[in-house]
Amino acid sequence: MANLIKTKRGLNIPVNGRPIEIIGTSTLPKEFALIPDNYHGITPKLLVKEGDEVKAGTPVFYEKQFPGMNFVSPVSGKIKAVNRGERRKIMSIIIESDEKMTYQEFDKPDLTRLTPAEIINLLQQVGLWVCIKQRPYDVIANPTTTPKAIFISTFDTAPLAPNNDFVMSGQMADFQTGIDALAKIATVQLGVRYGKKAPFSTVKNAVITEYDGPHPVGNVGIQINHVSPVNKGEIVWTANPQDVLFIGRFFNKGIVDFSRLIALTGPCVKSPQYYHTIVGANIENLVQGKIKSCVSHRFISGNVLTGIKVAGNGFLDPYATQITVLEEGNNTHELLGWGMPRFRKFSVSRTYFTALFETKLLRKLFGNMKYKWDTRLMGGKRAIIMSGEYDKVLPMDIYPEFLFKAMIAGNIDKMEALGAYEIAPEDVALCEFVCTSKLPLQQIVRNSLDIMKKELE
Amino acid sequence: MSNKLRKFVDKLKPHFSKGGKFEKLHSVFDGFETFLFVPNTTSKNGTHIHDAIDSKRTMIMVVMALVPALLFGMFNVGYQHYLAIGQEVGFWDKFLFGLLAVLPTVVVSYVVGLGIEFIIAQIKGHEIQEGFLVTGFLIPLIVPVDTPLWMVAVATAFAVIFAKEVFGGTGMNIFNVALVTRAFLFFAYPTFMSGDTVWVRVGTTFGLGGGSVVDSYSGATVLGQISVSPTSQVALTDITGNPLGFWDGFVGLIPGSVGETSVIAILLGAVLLLFTGVASWKTMFSVFAGGALIALLFNLFGPDTAAAHFPWYNHLVFGGFAFGAVFMATDPVTSARTETGKWIYGALIGAMAIIIRVLNPGYPEGMMLAILLMNIFAPLIDYYVVEANIKRRLKRAGNK
Repeated sequence: MANLIKTKRGLNIPVNGRPIEIIGTSTLPKEFALIPDNYHGITPKLLVKEGDEVKAGTPVFYEKQFPGMNFVSPVSGKIKAVNRGERRKIMSIIIESDEKMTYQEFDKPDLTRLTPAEIINLLQQVGLWVCIKQRPYDVIANPTTTPKAIFISTFDTAPLAPNNDFVMSGQMADFQTGIDALAKIATVQLGVRYGKKAPFSTVKNAVITEYDGPHPVGNVGIQINHVSPVNKGEIVWTANPQDVLFIGRFFNKGIVDFSRLIALTGPCVKSPQYYHTIVGANIENLVQGKIKSCVSHRFISGNVLTGIKVAGNGFLDPYATQITVLEEGNNTHELLGWGMPRFRKFSVSRTYFTALFETKLLRKLFGNMKYKWDTRLMGGKRAIIMSGEYDKVLPMDIYPEFLFKAMIAGNIDKMEALGAYEIAPEDVALCEFVCTSKLPLQQIVRNSLDIMKKELE
Repeated sequence: MSNKLRKFVDKLKPHFSKGGKFEKLHSVFDGFETFLFVPNTTSKNGTHIHDAIDSKRTMIMVVMALVPALLFGMFNVGYQHYLAIGQEVGFWDKFLFGLLAVLPTVVVSYVVGLGIEFIIAQIKGHEIQEGFLVTGFLIPLIVPVDTPLWMVAVATAFAVIFAKEVFGGTGMNIFNVALVTRAFLFFAYPTFMSGDTVWVRVGTTFGLGGGSVVDSYSGATVLGQISVSPTSQVALTDITGNPLGFWDGFVGLIPGSVGETSVIAILLGAVLLLFTGVASWKTMFSVFAGGALIALLFNLFGPDTAAAHFPWYNHLVFGGFAFGAVFMATDPVTSARTETGKWIYGALIGAMAIIIRVLNPGYPEGMMLAILLMNIFAPLIDYYVVEANIKRRLKRAGNK
């Protein structure tokens, strides 16, 4: 029987636009992009130039520090452009698809005969190493280290997140192969939502733990903190379930197939549902005609808490499993917001009526409240004033406010002592959401982890 | 209406922006604009949606919670005045007298404090912070009604500059700014801030309420009466010599600082603060618990003085105890910030306030000093709570 871990602290934000479990039809776009900044912390070295022909699986660039670590094209076609920014930094590599999807052929590997080191080398070579990240620092894993475990959370509790049970249906064989491959490197710790029977609770070769609670319990960081927290000098690897599929497909078929299901979600989407796409795709024809009209839209590659803002014709980032569309809201001018009732505004504090609407009684009487969401900060930036806000949404044995203060002050010793090894920006996204002082906490954590990595490695 | 106002603000905006005619008033303009309209700044990265709460909403909740205490305080000022001069007048006459007596202090406190805030915000080039909305409201409530306005002005300026802005503004201060104002008055002008003559306005206000005090008049507060009592048993009286008990302290028609007398009005505010979650119930509860416990111990084992024999439940309703517990101890910036720390912080404030009341003959009221003292120790309490977490983490690593 799997262990059950229940968390109380956290928050499920009631954003409307949850995807229904139908796969819509959409055509694949012409353009795909690899954006080095989406793989945080790497220094890309180009292997191609404009005009080169590539197949799905052809290396496009590699990481300077680990020359074997390739980043490959998700489709076949030709390199349309290499966009550079200041100091010739590579901003994006645009690939024009030939719409034929020819795959780079690899010898079909025999998993039973490979050593862990060979698996690691193979994954780097074929461009699947991007699927594996590490704690501390929340960056692509250092392949020369040995992790104490590999954590995978099979469910996503973020607002409007896709249902992985649905996404994975019919692909469990590939998922199992992916787990088998990772299990040869280190113990795989699989987080499963409590009460859901199939399909993840029958996965073999992994230690299964069940979790119950509000968001962020689906975040792998929370699960690590409860099962096997990261202490100084220890390393844990993590992977997303959809990325484990890529690994599984490779070992089953010998090709690098980056196709995945993506959920188109959010209050501005006409009928939120799932679509087939490929990592790095241009989202334009995915969203065209499927969006409600409003003054201006915000397209997010990812969820509303941790996603990346992209243009309406921007590109999916490699880790995104959903697209969220919101109203931008910068044309909204609310009069005397500090004193008005503002019924359609959500707040965890009871300075609004939200708390009443969210009670069982009123929900029974009037149904779920439809809140109006946009991307405004809803206030000015201040010093930290209120206390105890962050603790209520971070189910870890950490004092977040004190950790953030250490980070703002740049005190590395304090960061280490207060738990910075265990934390990733996504874990503090809810803290940022509830913050009265509107502090950019994810950015603060990201910058501090980068500084720590630089100083300590 | 809202649209017209928006257009008007948009028309003015260029003049106050960089390069405009009134560039020097940018912070002030920005302050008024964000007061009128929720800022429409959107998130660029990080979390794309945000909770609707902001610092303005939070501060306004505290101001609303203080309104009952202010209104009752105004009425009580009038009530005490007409009682002192032995005249029977109606409710509204009493209220009007109090209103006119208290309003100038409110105005002076806000004008001086906000004026300094505006200037400093402009110099530093940041937004005007809302903290003083609460501080400016607290100051008139915690001073005696007869405090000269120029003293209020000097003390407010001192507190805003030296207790807040030198530390970096709202959220960075170590001491509760309103209490520093009061402490400044208390130590700089002791004769105006203690004794029997400052708690009740016996003179006229804008020509209203003329008359001479009745023969039996004495303006001493309850705590004042206790501290000067030669015997250990003291019969408490109001300003005309009638006996006072627990319920008089609870209702609050007694002399004292403007907002501190009525526990009923304070509890109304406490209900709002606790319901909205703006104040911590842990701090509030533990102040009362700590105070009650220490007062009870003095009742049972204390020295043979009037203060030690003053029943523990009376300690909680007379003087500034309830006001301090509800509105001052719960100031999140100067209080302990860890949940465990809040219990300790609150309990020590309550305990310390009673200890000062009972054992220090110089100060009949100990609440102000207790809170300021614990303001200093709040970071230390947090330090040990957080240190325990750090030790736990190190131990966890060592166990492997």
